[in-house]
Amino acid sequence: MKAVYVDNNATTRVAPEVVEEMLPYFSELYGNPSSMHAFGGSVGTRLKEAREHVANLLGAQPEEILFTSCGTESDSTAIHAALQSHPEKRHIITTRVEHPAVKNLGEHLAKNGYRTTFVPVDRQGRLDLEFLYKNLSDDTAIVSVMWANNETGTIFPVEEIARKVRQRGIVFHTDAVQAVGKIPINMADSSIDMLSLSGHKLHAPKGIGVLYVRKGTKFAPFLMGGHQEGGRRAGTENTASIIGMGRAARLAMASMEDENTRVKALRDKLERELLKRVPASMINGDPENRLPNTTSIAFEYIEGEAILLLMDQYGICASSGSACTSGSLEPSHVLRAMGVPFTAAHGSIRFSLSIYNTEEEIDFIIEKMPPIVERLRQMSPFWRQGQIA
Amino acid sequence: MWDYTEKTKEHFLNPRNVGFIDDFDGIGEVGSLACGDALKLTFKLGGDGRIADAKFQTFGCASAIASSSALTEIIKGMTLDEAAKVTNEDIADYLGGLPKEKMHCSVMGRDAMEKAIAYYRGEAEKKIEGEIVCECFGVTDKQIERAVTENHLTSIEEVTDYVKAGGGCGNCHDKIQFIIDQVLGNTPRAPKKPEALTNIQKIKMIDATLEREIKPALNQDGGDIELVDVDGNRVMVKLRGTCASCSKSQVTLKHYVETKLKELVSQELVVEEV
Repeated sequence: MKAVYVDNNATTRVAPEVVEEMLPYFSELYGNPSSMHAFGGSVGTRLKEAREHVANLLGAQPEEILFTSCGTESDSTAIHAALQSHPEKRHIITTRVEHPAVKNLGEHLAKNGYRTTFVPVDRQGRLDLEFLYKNLSDDTAIVSVMWANNETGTIFPVEEIARKVRQRGIVFHTDAVQAVGKIPINMADSSIDMLSLSGHKLHAPKGIGVLYVRKGTKFAPFLMGGHQEGGRRAGTENTASIIGMGRAARLAMASMEDENTRVKALRDKLERELLKRVPASMINGDPENRLPNTTSIAFEYIEGEAILLLMDQYGICASSGSACTSGSLEPSHVLRAMGVPFTAAHGSIRFSLSIYNTEEEIDFIIEKMPPIVERLRQMSPFWRQGQIA
Repeated sequence: MWDYTEKTKEHFLNPRNVGFIDDFDGIGEVGSLACGDALKLTFKLGGDGRIADAKFQTFGCASAIASSSALTEIIKGMTLDEAAKVTNEDIADYLGGLPKEKMHCSVMGRDAMEKAIAYYRGEAEKKIEGEIVCECFGVTDKQIERAVTENHLTSIEEVTDYVKAGGGCGNCHDKIQFIIDQVLGNTPRAPKKPEALTNIQKIKMIDATLEREIKPALNQDGGDIELVDVDGNRVMVKLRGTCASCSKSQVTLKHYVETKLKELVSQELVVEEV
């Protein structure tokens, strides 16, 4: 059975061009870029190029690009750097809908001598900006707000927030893991100080991340040791993955338009048709300010894990905000923060597309979903009650 | 992805006995939309007093649906007395086992069966037994106690897996631990090792147990304990901090320190405060 993969916010297919570019660095070109000999040095040249490609994607300078091992490392590095560079400040502001990479770190710091403020969102998933600005203080070391939400695709006005935060002389970081490659980003004309991204969300392999650090931003390394990455991130470079990341950055620039036209149209079709064909279904999140590839749809009165397993019977791969899929007992913190009712939160499915999806695949999903939902609703004790109510 | 057995998957994909018996003899409803799973069970008795038909409606994940399906298959043909003895373990076993995080699905089946039988016998609308411990999922101390006793649970995590208690905000974890300790303290222990401890062995073990097991627990509540002397099987301790002034210090001593020392060192030990 062929997989119909619409779970690209979880991870993406490594682009064939990326794999091809990486392969020699697993075999004959195994040199260490820090070596004095030409054999290693030639790898160093390729790393330099990769850094330039990533910088181009972000509208940044190459020396502002730091390679890490994943998006989570980039987030941790950014937040720790701000805290260490401003030891007198003990306050952090982030949001209630962050990825666990930032949310759990914020909670951890709150138990270890820091004060963490979590900015709430409304029913559409939009941030309460007034709340955020009101809580800025001289004690605030860093504000970290994700660029786009992984579950709903909601895009936050990070540029606007960054400008306000900078006026107060506070560092601003954004977890842009879901945004980079999907929407245009230009650090040259921005007040954002630090930005995290992850390779495997844009068709590079897992195990490679990037942290953008604006020139002049106070910094302290998270991993200490060797002089790699200009002394800001020690550890021998993951050469093959960095080179793959560089290739993926070029591909992302080339496919940005496709993502925002064809992929967006496929997403819109999927969403429109499912809402039309499945009663008691709705979109989670802000339908306006949204990533072009993501839709989170709540199918009321049924449970997400059961939906996913029936979809799996047809090879359709997606995600759910339900409790049962996460191993925890409560549905997604993002949907709960938005106040999505339990009738809907447990049955929420996220479809996230990529440039590799075809119209045939979307039509296949549109055909298969309604009977799946109907089948589970026929089993649910709440379905008829819900219809009457 | 969950590691479901083939039988669990099969029962999820082809559930038996889905539906609702309009002229039911017994009905049991458990769970809610908020909790993430719910089961409505109905049964009809035959002329021979055995369950002639059973049907279910379930809102929940694959294992909740499979557990409901398994339950209806198990109880068909049983007398009510037999059905009343079906445990959550029986349901899980029927499916070839469930992932531990999903055991609460089998407990839900057992609870629905009990409610349906109570309905038939006219014991319906019984008040919720015990006091609510877990506010997030509405689980009482009696329910937790029962799950711990029946399934030999030893940790908060396991209690969460079986009855969901503690799986939300986490504020009730101390209370759950207390219930586990009480149940474990009352459980008959395996026969003691035949050879007696030498005095020095005994003192060393008591000291280690106090340091490792008991002190950290008391410290959490701002208290502390110090070993003063051991005379035969009399363990003399001094309590400090909040423990010393707390009116419950006797309870703490008797029910906690002594239980722990008996469990981990020797059945004969008696604890005294000096």
